[in-house]
Amino acid sequence: MKVRVEVTRRPEIADPEGTTIKRALNDLDHTSVKEVRVDRVFSLDVDGDDPEAVRRDVADMCEQLLANPVLEDYAIEVIE
Amino acid sequence: MTTTQPVHRQLGMTDEEYQSVVDILDREPRPAELAMYSVMWSEHCSYKSSRKHLGRFPTEAPWVVVGPGENAGVVDLGDGWLAAIRIESHNHPSFVEPYQGAATGVGGILRDVFTMGARPIALWDQIRFGPLENPKNRYLLNGVVAGIAGYGNAVGVPTVGGEVEFDPGYDGNPLVNVMCLGILRREQLVLGTAGEPGSVAVLLGKATGRDGIGGASVLASASFDDESGAKRPSVQVGDPFEEKKLIEACLELYEKGLVVGVQDLGAAGLSCATSEPAGRAGVGMEVDLDHVHTREPNMTAPELLMSESQERMMAFVAPHNVDEVLSVAEKWEIDSAVVGEVRSGGTLRITHEGNLVAEVPAATLADNAPLYDRPAERPAWLDEVQARTGPDISRHDPADLLRQLLDDPGIASAAWIYEQYDHMLFLNTVVGPGSDGSLLRIKGTDKALAVSTDGNGVLCYLDPRVGGARLVYEAALNVAVNGARPLALVDNLNFGNPEKPEVMWQFKESVEGISEACEQLGIPVVGGNVSFYNETDGVDINPTPVVGLLGLADPMPSPPPRLSGARPGMDLWLIGPPATGNLAGSATQRLLDGRPGGIPTPPDAAIALAVTDIAVDLAQHAAALHDLSDGGLAVAVAEMAMASECGVVVEVAPDELFCEDGHRFLAAAHPGSIDTSSDMARKIGRFEGKDIVLNGSALSLSEASKLYHQALPRRMAQAT
Amino acid sequence: MVVFPGTNCEHDVVSAIRGLGGEAELVWHRETNLDDFDGIILPGGFAHGDALRTGAIARFSPVMRVVVERADAGTPVLGICNGFQVLCEAGLLPGALIANRDLSFICKYVEVEVTDTSTVLTSAAERGQRLRIPLNSYEGNWVSPDGSGRVVATYVDDPNGSSRQAAAVANETGNVVGIMPHPERATDALLGSNDGEVLLQSFINALVPA
Repeated sequence: MKVRVEVTRRPEIADPEGTTIKRALNDLDHTSVKEVRVDRVFSLDVDGDDPEAVRRDVADMCEQLLANPVLEDYAIEVIE
Repeated sequence: MTTTQPVHRQLGMTDEEYQSVVDILDREPRPAELAMYSVMWSEHCSYKSSRKHLGRFPTEAPWVVVGPGENAGVVDLGDGWLAAIRIESHNHPSFVEPYQGAATGVGGILRDVFTMGARPIALWDQIRFGPLENPKNRYLLNGVVAGIAGYGNAVGVPTVGGEVEFDPGYDGNPLVNVMCLGILRREQLVLGTAGEPGSVAVLLGKATGRDGIGGASVLASASFDDESGAKRPSVQVGDPFEEKKLIEACLELYEKGLVVGVQDLGAAGLSCATSEPAGRAGVGMEVDLDHVHTREPNMTAPELLMSESQERMMAFVAPHNVDEVLSVAEKWEIDSAVVGEVRSGGTLRITHEGNLVAEVPAATLADNAPLYDRPAERPAWLDEVQARTGPDISRHDPADLLRQLLDDPGIASAAWIYEQYDHMLFLNTVVGPGSDGSLLRIKGTDKALAVSTDGNGVLCYLDPRVGGARLVYEAALNVAVNGARPLALVDNLNFGNPEKPEVMWQFKESVEGISEACEQLGIPVVGGNVSFYNETDGVDINPTPVVGLLGLADPMPSPPPRLSGARPGMDLWLIGPPATGNLAGSATQRLLDGRPGGIPTPPDAAIALAVTDIAVDLAQHAAALHDLSDGGLAVAVAEMAMASECGVVVEVAPDELFCEDGHRFLAAAHPGSIDTSSDMARKIGRFEGKDIVLNGSALSLSEASKLYHQALPRRMAQAT
Repeated sequence: MVVFPGTNCEHDVVSAIRGLGGEAELVWHRETNLDDFDGIILPGGFAHGDALRTGAIARFSPVMRVVVERADAGTPVLGICNGFQVLCEAGLLPGALIANRDLSFICKYVEVEVTDTSTVLTSAAERGQRLRIPLNSYEGNWVSPDGSGRVVATYVDDPNGSSRQAAAVANETGNVVGIMPHPERATDALLGSNDGEVLLQSFINALVPA
C-alpha cells in the first residue's frame, strides 16, 4: 500500500529556514507570501492489505523515527 | 506538576523567594512581575546556590579589563589588543533535544562574546556522555556533535578544539559546555550598560516566540525524573544564519560608534536585557511590549518577558543615532524595533496593550536575588572510596595495556568529532584539534593565543580540591607547550543537586582547588558558569568542573613545536618530577578495576611553576612537545609516535608508564639540544623503528594507529 | 569578492589574493556594477543559511545577473565551496552539489590532482600535479546526471562520493571554475600547506585589465 506521511514542525517551534525562504520570495516580488513553513513528506510503500493495520504500523514508524516528537507532528494518509 | 499549586511554585520559586518579592514591592506582584523575578532568580540566572562560594575565586590582575559580572571576561594582550572569553553550559536542553540543545548553546556563547564588541574567532566544546555501549548515548553524541557543527559551521566561527569524556555518571545527564574567544581593539570594547536617561532601547534580531518559556527557571534549575516529559517547554531552535547577520550588524554598529551599550538576550530574555543594563547604569527604563516584534500571535506579557527566543540583542542608543542603527539592521536584513527608553530613577516600567504590567526597581531583579548558604558536608561514602587500592599492574604487559587504552573512546582520536567542525576558517589555526590545546595566531602581530580546556569528573569525584587544582595546572601546561604563558581562566562548574550537602561540599572544594592553583600561577578567573541539578532519579553526576585557560605567546614560537614533529634519530625526554605510580582516578584504573578509588596525587605548586616555565622555554626550539594526560606516559608516547609516524623505544621505571600524576611532559629533540642541567629533565628513549616499545614490550605503530583511529568511529557506526 | 548574507570566507580569500600580489575588494550582493573588476570570486560560507537548497536563493541576488553577463563575456569567475554551489544553481556550471556520501560535514586536508590546465584556475599548474588542500563542506558531492561538465581536478582518495571524483569543474570555455576544497586555506606553510597558491596564482594571471 502507498502511504504518504507529512511531518510538520509544531507551530510554536521556530522555523528559520521557512522565514528565510519567505523573505527570498518577497524579494523576488512575491509580496503576497505571508508565511512559509518547511515540512517534509515521506512516500512509503508498505506491505499489507488492511489499511487500518498499515496506518498503525506507519504511526509506529513515525513515533520511532520519522518524526521528532519534541519538534514535529505527523499526519498519515493511506492511499489505496 | 499539578495545577492546584500556587503560581509562584509552578514557576519554580520557593515561598520565601515569593515573600522577598512582596517585601521589595511592598505589595503582591503582578503576573508579569512574578514572571520576571522567577526567571531572574532561577538558579541558572542568579547563581543563588553558588555565588557565596564563587567569591573565593581570585579575579584581579593588572591585565584584567573586564572581570566577572559582565557578559564575558576581557583581558589585555598588549599593544591595544584585547581578548574576550566566556564558557557556558547547555546541559539539560541537550538531553531533551541534543541537536538544538547544543546548537543553541553555541549561539548563546557567541552572543556573550560579540556583545562585548569582539568578533568571535574560535569555539571549543567540552562534551560528556555515558558509555557508548548504550545506544542512547550514541544518539546523544551524534545529535550534540551535529548541532555544534551545524551551528558553528553555518555561523562561520571555527570550532578549533575541545574534549570528550565518557563515564556512567553522565548517563541521563550529558554535559555540553561551550567556550568562545573573541578579539578586539581596545577602542571597540562595549559594555552592557543602558547608558544615560534618554538612551533608546532597540531590540535587534529574531522575532520573539514562546521558545523555552520556563526554560531558564524550570528546566535548567530542576533535575530530571520520570515526569520530565510534563515539564518540557517549547524547545529553542537555533538559527545560525540569523546569528551571522546579527554579528556583522553589531560589529558595524560598534565600528561606527552607534551604541552606548549592548546586552544579549539569553536565559531570562527580555527580563534580563532590560533590568541588568539599567541596574548597571543605575537608571530606570520604560518599555512597551507592543513594539516587540513577535512571530506568534497573542503572546501575554509574562510570555514576552520570559521568552528565550534565540538570536536577539538589545542595543542602547543615543536618540540621534537611532535612525542609523535601524538602517544598519535593515542592510543586514535583521528585524529591529524601538522598544523602550532609559529614564532617571531606578524603576523599570513595562506596558502591554495599554496596561501597566510591571513596575519594579530595576536593579532588584539582578541584585536582590537570594543568596543561599547551603549546607556542605563531606560525603559519608568518600572515606571508603578513598581507601580502595589498586590496580596492581605489575603483571600486565605494558603493550597490552596500551593497546586497550588506545581503544578507550575517552583517550582515542576524536577525529570523528572534530572533522565535523570547520576548524580552519579565518586562517588563524596554527595548532588545531588533536593536540595539546589550541594555538591561534593574531594576524598582523607576532602574538598568538593558546587555549586549553580541561575537565576530569573521576579525579574530582575522588578529591574535588585536588581535582580542581590539577585541572588548572594541566591546562597551564597545555598552553605552555605551545609557547604561551598562562593569562586568565574561565570555569564551567557542572554539579549535581545543590540541595544535598555532599554536592555543596564537592562544589566548595572544587572552587577552593581551582582558586589555589590560580593564585599560585598568578592568573585571575575572569568569568564562569554554574550548572547545578545534573542529577537523574536521585543520582548526581561526578563533580565536573571544567576550566578554560587562555595563554599568550608573544612572540609566537616560529616554528611552533608540533605533536607530529618527532623524527627518527631524535631523543625522547621526560620533563617533570618522578611519578609516584599512583593510579587513583586514572584511565588504567577504570580499565582494570571498573571503578575509581584511592586518593589522587596532590599537585605541587613549586614544581608546577618550574615545569611550566621549562615548557615555555623549550617550545621556542623543540621539535615536538606533549603534555601527559589520560593514560599517562604510555599514551602520550604513543600519541607522539603515531602523529610523527615514527617508532620509539622507551626505558623508564615501571611506575612512570601509566601513572597520571601532573606536571609532566615529553619533548622530542635532536641529541644534545636539550639542556641537561635540570634535574627534572631525563632522557627516556629514542625515536626509531616502526614499533612503540615500552620497557621491552612492543606494539606496532600500525596496530596502535588502527586502534586509536577506529575506537570512536567503529562504536558510532553501530545503530542508535 | 561577492559577499552574500551568510558568506564567511571572504576575508580569507581577500587576504590570500593580496598575499600573492593581487588586488581584491568585497562587493555586497545587492551591488549591480562590477565594471571596475577584472575577475569575480564567490567565496565559501553559508549564503542565506543554505535555506531551501544551498545556493538556491543566492543565485537570484542582484549581483548575480551581472556575474552571469560577465561570465558569458569571458571574465574569469571562480566559485569556492559555497561559491561553487551558487554557480551551479545559477547555471554557470553544470550539475549540482548534494550532501556528502557519509552525511556529515568533512573538515580535513585532501589530495587533489590537477587533470586539466586550460582553465583560469589551473593554468599555472601542471597536469598530474598533486596539491594538498583543505576540504570543508557538507554538500561537497558533485553530481551531473546528464554526464556533462569538464572535471579539471579530482580527489586522489574519494572523500565524499563526488561523481568522477570531481573536486573542481569548469565551463566549456574554462573561464568559469568551481572548486570544492579551499585553495585560500592552503597559502601558508605555517597552517599546514601552501599548495593552494598555484591555483590562486593562475586566477590572478588570467585577469585582463578591462
